Amino acid sequence: MFKERKYHALRVDPEKCFGCIHCMKVCPTETIRVKDGLAVVNDLRCVDCGNCMRACPVDAFYIIQDDISRIQEFKYRVALFPSVNIGQFPEKISDDQIYGAIMKLGFTHVYEVEQPIQWLIETIYEHKQQNPDKQPLISSFCPAIVRLIQIKYPSLVDNIMNVKAPHDLAASFILEKLKQEGARPEEIGLFYIAPCSAKIAAVKDPVGEQESIISGVINMNELYNRVMTVIAGHPREEFEGYRDYLSREGILWPLTRGEARLFKRRSMAVDGIHNVVRILEKLETEELPDIDFLELRSCDQGCAGGILLSGNRFLTVERLERRARRYPRAAESPVRPELREKVKTSLISGEIAPSRVFQLDPDRAKALEKLAKVERIICQLPAIDCAACGAPNCHALAEDMVTGHAKMTDCIHLQHRYLKEGKMTIVRAFDNLEKIWGNGRFEADCKKRGARNEGF
Amino acid sequence: MVVEHTYHVKGGDFTHAGSASSKVKKLLKQLDIDPKKIKNIVIALYEAEVNIVAHAWEGEIWIAISPEKITMVLTDKGPGIPDIEQAMVEGFSTASKEVREMGFGAGMGLSNIRRNTDELKITSEVGTGTKVEMVNYF
Ligand code: SF4
Ligand code: SF4
Repeated sequence: MFKERKYHALRVDPEKCFGCIHCMKVCPTETIRVKDGLAVVNDLRCVDCGNCMRACPVDAFYIIQDDISRIQEFKYRVALFPSVNIGQFPEKISDDQIYGAIMKLGFTHVYEVEQPIQWLIETIYEHKQQNPDKQPLISSFCPAIVRLIQIKYPSLVDNIMNVKAPHDLAASFILEKLKQEGARPEEIGLFYIAPCSAKIAAVKDPVGEQESIISGVINMNELYNRVMTVIAGHPREEFEGYRDYLSREGILWPLTRGEARLFKRRSMAVDGIHNVVRILEKLETEELPDIDFLELRSCDQGCAGGILLSGNRFLTVERLERRARRYPRAAESPVRPELREKVKTSLISGEIAPSRVFQLDPDRAKALEKLAKVERIICQLPAIDCAACGAPNCHALAEDMVTGHAKMTDCIHLQHRYLKEGKMTIVRAFDNLEKIWGNGRFEADCKKRGARNEGF
Repeated sequence: MVVEHTYHVKGGDFTHAGSASSKVKKLLKQLDIDPKKIKNIVIALYEAEVNIVAHAWEGEIWIAISPEKITMVLTDKGPGIPDIEQAMVEGFSTASKEVREMGFGAGMGLSNIRRNTDELKITSEVGTGTKVEMVNYF
């Protein structure tokens, strides 16, 4: 029942990372440590929220993706494009110009993923109706939040809706549509242009699902640069045909309240992972009112704040809201009745399993012993939470100690006490520090990166 | 092995109501315990903690976690409960959620505590205080 996931999309570039405490301090699951002068991410606890990447003063984090040249393996090359990506581009660039530029990069189809959103809306309503005990129903849209609930709020996994996200909707729809038009499945390459690391991880290693039908993932940041390079003049082609199923609701979907607005009686939308944590804590103790639907997004302003989007999130929201007004309501957009049932069936996902990565030990008695040990260690630590030990705070260091990943002498303040008490030599203390922060770290170096408030 | 903790609760300090139960929740999540059982424990403890904040002058929460169970004892100095049986049934048995929406202290929540604990013992002396003892098995 418990599937521990190992995949995550964020990586640290050892050439760029110089070892500091910025990323460690902002990680909502306290999953980063510094060793040998490099940030190390524990794959099991990372939720791919991208907070670390945002905080890094030297851009040492990168997100793995597929090489765009891979699209050439296919005859039909579909760019699945979240509508929020449109909001990235400067005002003066039209939707058609963006579509045209993406086609120039070698795609044969460009398709915004929030279509036909009406089918997803129907699926969510039906799911809610069939599962009245899921009160509140928690959105499965943001993969970072789904992972967060799995590892930190296991009692709430049953509230998450077993419904897939817009990128699955569009992938399934376009696949069926192209097949209907005569394409063979193996000729179709579906490439998702992701706004964030969480969505990339979700495509590469879907929760509650075997394997995604999406062939590859491309980072929006990179695509943005490529599009801006090839964009020129006004495209001759007309791309309206690709947006036949795009609707107001679809365009607003990735923004805050995009889903919550579907539930008229009582719903709530929370954005920003630290805000989400506070709400989940309350939900766990039943301190929330009787809410039908809870939309939780890791990024501030929803996907407009996605880690791979370069535009200002508020400008993105403004552009999308204005764009949405030009499109019909979801219920009014055209339907393809012959594909409807097939696509809708594919939108149901499997069970989402809780995870145990925060347990100190699988054996309860042993875990309890470790818990007591943490308490004893905490008595010794100075509670400065300086992170100079390579752990984000004193408590995290204590936990690392009981799980065998750290030792008392990693605390630089305790080192001083041990030195004063004659229990340690100055050479040992210095060696310990170099083990954490890297060899030669404490030599004078005027060219060193960091320390100049970079990133603020 | 038993892990024990004591938390002090100040009457009338609504801003911090629930801080002890959330600390206990963090401890329990590090052990291999069914998440639903953790939820019951935390709801009962939260309810009892808020009772102290809302009705008593001050109180103390003592908890002990062993591999099989958690014991929680909440002792307060306060007005006490004249009729415990009545407080248990009175009014709010089905309405606890709505009651909480109205804000703290609107109800005693004793019936909610009983629903979420395996063993519950309440003793009270009017004018002196109340003692709530709860045990939940994992
Ligand atoms: S992506 Fe989020 S969870 Fe993962 S290491 Fe970075 S901050 Fe932590
Ligand atoms: S809010 Fe959107 S962009 Fe941000 S992590 Fe979640 S899915 Fe990705």
